[in-house]
Amino acid sequence: MEAIKNLLFRMADDELIYGHRMSEWTGMGPIMEEDIAFSSMAQDKIGHALANYSILEKEFQTANPDKLAFFRKENELMNCQLVELSNHEYDFSLVRHFLFDHADFIRYEMLSTSSFAPLAQLSKKIKGELKYHVLHADTWLTRLGNATEESHARMQSALNELWNYALGIFEPSDFEAELIAEKIFDGEKVLQQKWMEKISPIIEKANLKIPSSSAPVYGGRKGYHTDQLQPLLTEMAEVISSEAEGTEW
Amino acid sequence: MTATIFNQQEIYKSLEEVMDPEIPTLSVIDMGMITGVEETVTGVRVKMIPTFTACPAIHVIKDSIQKKVESLGYENVEVQLDDSIVWNSDRITPNGKILLENFGLGTPQRHCGNFGMEEIAHSKCPHCGSEDTTMNSIFGSTLCRSTHFCFSCKQAFERFKPV
Repeated sequence: MEAIKNLLFRMADDELIYGHRMSEWTGMGPIMEEDIAFSSMAQDKIGHALANYSILEKEFQTANPDKLAFFRKENELMNCQLVELSNHEYDFSLVRHFLFDHADFIRYEMLSTSSFAPLAQLSKKIKGELKYHVLHADTWLTRLGNATEESHARMQSALNELWNYALGIFEPSDFEAELIAEKIFDGEKVLQQKWMEKISPIIEKANLKIPSSSAPVYGGRKGYHTDQLQPLLTEMAEVISSEAEGTEW
Repeated sequence: MTATIFNQQEIYKSLEEVMDPEIPTLSVIDMGMITGVEETVTGVRVKMIPTFTACPAIHVIKDSIQKKVESLGYENVEVQLDDSIVWNSDRITPNGKILLENFGLGTPQRHCGNFGMEEIAHSKCPHCGSEDTTMNSIFGSTLCRSTHFCFSCKQAFERFKPV
């Protein structure tokens, strides 16, 4: 029970925080198509967060999704640090999108055969939607990796900067053995292996190199975050905090 | 007041008039969103599935279905999200695909769950019918659409994505 809850919180918090980071490109994208792409993906992510929080509420009687999303403290959030980092240049956002969405897609693919039926059913739906996110990421990674000297250098530098954070996606929980034994989820280790197998040839096709030294940035899954998360949480909850208790929209 | 006698066919027929708010010429039946109409002890249950997890129109659609069935005289109408079935674009009816084209959207080909970038990128032009088109972006003005361009009639168009 605690094992499934923990898994759902990790996933929902990833989607919530990353959805908000993606939405920051709305109205700011470098070209209109990309503005629309990041806005659409942000909408998907927030929808996926809502779906996961809804399972928590329905199956485990937690607080409702709005309360979970907007009224938890920073150290109660279990998202990986990769998704909370502030956006910089577009290259940074594209490389993060590539690294995170491949992991996210494979995670839902694995969960579509989970023994926990509500999550299996949801995952079948979500993986179909994430297919588009992954295709979008692959297109831009290979295009910009192979375009000009500057675009190549920018993509490589973003990859170097984000690599250790990306490895933090797979920070093991205290429930790995239980999740695996009960056939709920094959675990972060298997996910990471599959992810490496999937992204390595694409990175090669983009003429980029995976950094040779790696030191995963762990902590996010246990509630330790960078100083970039709290300002985002404050901004996200600004409207809902200003209204009277029980306000209906 | 006596409740109306349950008539499944009549309810299905009425749902042909409940439109998708994002494509107002297509009904929830054409979209393949209705998965069941059942009699309950006190009334009627309509089961439906959203097209996308993050579909913002879902509450509007649920309300419209409820009001429509109530307008036939039924009481205790319940619209339930059916989580046993996953929506995909193969569920759009043949009539629905014609209506999509008439609305100016390219249509998704039947894929039986198996499709990749080629199927996603290739769409017939809904304006002139040409196959000589290219995809500009896999995202569009709503989650269910991608954006394309036709080399024959030199028009941009949107397409309902294969999902």
